[in-house]
Amino acid sequence: MIADNKQDLSKRYEISYVKKNTNLLINLKGEFRLKNLKLFTNEIKKSIRNQTPDTITIDFSGISYIDSAAALAIIQIQKDAAGEKINCLLINLNDEAKGIFSVIHGEALDQMPFKTKKFKDNFLIQIGQASLDIASNIVTFITFVGELLSAIVYTIFHPKSLRVKDILFYMRRAGVDGLPIVGLISLLIGLIIAFMSFLQFRQFGANIYVPSLVSFAMVKELGPIMTAILVAGRSGSAFAAEIGTMVVNEEVDALNTMGFDPVRFLAVPKVLATIIVVPILTIYADFFGVIGGLIVGLTGLDLTAHTYFTQSLKTIKVFDVVTSLIKAAVFAGLISGIGCQRGFQVRAGAQDVGKYTTSAVVSAIFLIVVADSIFAVIFYYIQ
Amino acid sequence: MHPSDSKSIIVVENLAASFGSNIVLENVSFQVYKGEILVIVGESGCGKSTLLRIMIGLQKPSSGKVLFQGVDIASTGEEDLNNYRQNIGVLFQSGALFSSMTLKENIALPLREYTNLDSAMINMIIKMKLGMVNLAGYENHYPSELSGGMKKRAGIARAIALDPIVLFFDELSAGLDPVTAVELDDLIIKTNEALGTTMVIVTHELESIYKIADRVIMLDKTAKGIVAEGDPLELKEKATDPRVRSFFLRQMTEPDLQDGFYVK
Repeated sequence: MIADNKQDLSKRYEISYVKKNTNLLINLKGEFRLKNLKLFTNEIKKSIRNQTPDTITIDFSGISYIDSAAALAIIQIQKDAAGEKINCLLINLNDEAKGIFSVIHGEALDQMPFKTKKFKDNFLIQIGQASLDIASNIVTFITFVGELLSAIVYTIFHPKSLRVKDILFYMRRAGVDGLPIVGLISLLIGLIIAFMSFLQFRQFGANIYVPSLVSFAMVKELGPIMTAILVAGRSGSAFAAEIGTMVVNEEVDALNTMGFDPVRFLAVPKVLATIIVVPILTIYADFFGVIGGLIVGLTGLDLTAHTYFTQSLKTIKVFDVVTSLIKAAVFAGLISGIGCQRGFQVRAGAQDVGKYTTSAVVSAIFLIVVADSIFAVIFYYIQ
Repeated sequence: MHPSDSKSIIVVENLAASFGSNIVLENVSFQVYKGEILVIVGESGCGKSTLLRIMIGLQKPSSGKVLFQGVDIASTGEEDLNNYRQNIGVLFQSGALFSSMTLKENIALPLREYTNLDSAMINMIIKMKLGMVNLAGYENHYPSELSGGMKKRAGIARAIALDPIVLFFDELSAGLDPVTAVELDDLIIKTNEALGTTMVIVTHELESIYKIADRVIMLDKTAKGIVAEGDPLELKEKATDPRVRSFFLRQMTEPDLQDGFYVK
């Protein structure tokens, strides 16, 4: 058992006091260390207060161990005594104790910090600062979009610069690895929609429209949106964290000095991979949503699988599927773009990586919803 | 202090370590004596860092013992390991200061956790520790605002916050300029002499080895263990093992030169 310093602290040392005339002699015996510092300082201070001596002598001859914190406490007692015009003398220090006292510098203890802690600015300044931050945030994002687009255009004209292996890797990460969770969530959502609509529709005997509602909702809105949100959580955050850590490790600087454009090297494969893979994931999500509805249809609505599918297919138009895929591709671009951009914004430290990873997911979800609203209006007029 | 007339603080017995089927260390036994500065050297990949990680309880050996106050760190439970960790201080290669905290908060962390002192006393202790590593006045700086050498010194201040019995250093002067490295060596020697702290240091820097080491242990990749032990200057002059000679004389291993590969 390794000595647990919490046990038997009081037994490890002994202090005796001898008062002669106006001098108080304090004999220290045993171990004095950080762990029993509070005990023995309180004890000594108390006896000094009670005895009211003119001078104090502290005898170190009985000490078996003293650490720097305990030495500091003794110096503090000496200082406090000096404040009350009591002269305090330390005697019989052995070599070890002398060594410890020699590294405690008085100047260091009195040194004021070079930097004072920053106080909060007043409200108006904070508002101004926040506005400037938002403005510069928008500017950096637009700059990044420009860089990304030019990098993508460059890649289109120089296909050899495209790192196919990387694209395949990220397609697997963002796509294949995401299949189980996307499938499960879509299945459950299809199931829930079917069940909720069935509860309403049965009042009118309109059960036959349940498949229509499920397929319509899944293909037009929920499939693309749910997939995009899942990809934002899985891959957008991963991109931000990956690039952010590379910035912290100076890997991005290394790329720069080797003449590589970090955006082309790091962001383009991720963005292209996501744009390819998210529409496929969306089709997958749509399919599983319909299957979820089918489960309710078969068990609760007394529909046959055949009726269910024909009813579903009747509702979905090719236009809906195509727009759904276009939406998915745009969402994919937004998610991966913002993920990479937030990654590049990291400057230093673990905290920055966390901050920008969170920001990547939040911004991605925000942009997905905004883009979806815009699409809703555009597709309404096109149709 | 001469090692032979002092008692051992850590005893390593028949230690072996492996990653999967790759054996890194085999049958390693040595002692760390009270108050000495022990330096562990060896080429890259010889298991120095593994040995250090085992000694500070971050990794379990595949067999063997590391005894501290009669307790085997390698096989003991979490409670003993925690008490052990309060008795040691570790300085990692890059300082490993918490970047989101000021130096003051970094050093205060172990003090707040393991003692019941009031904040006035904790502040005094922090000022004292910063003074010991010549960083007085830097308490409100963040690690990112410090140079490499200052970060190392701040790391030492945090490592000695609880007045540990043993201090471990991983790659002491890696990445530092010669002047800063010398300053750091002086600080180590001063701390060792003043506080009597036992130190176990992993380093490659020959200059600092000659300057600070009381004793050296040399590990070797092919031997998977210790090939030399003793005073560094003596090893430099008297060692007969070619691996030890080439390390201390800074040469390529001699046989290579004669095999005709370079001579051709």
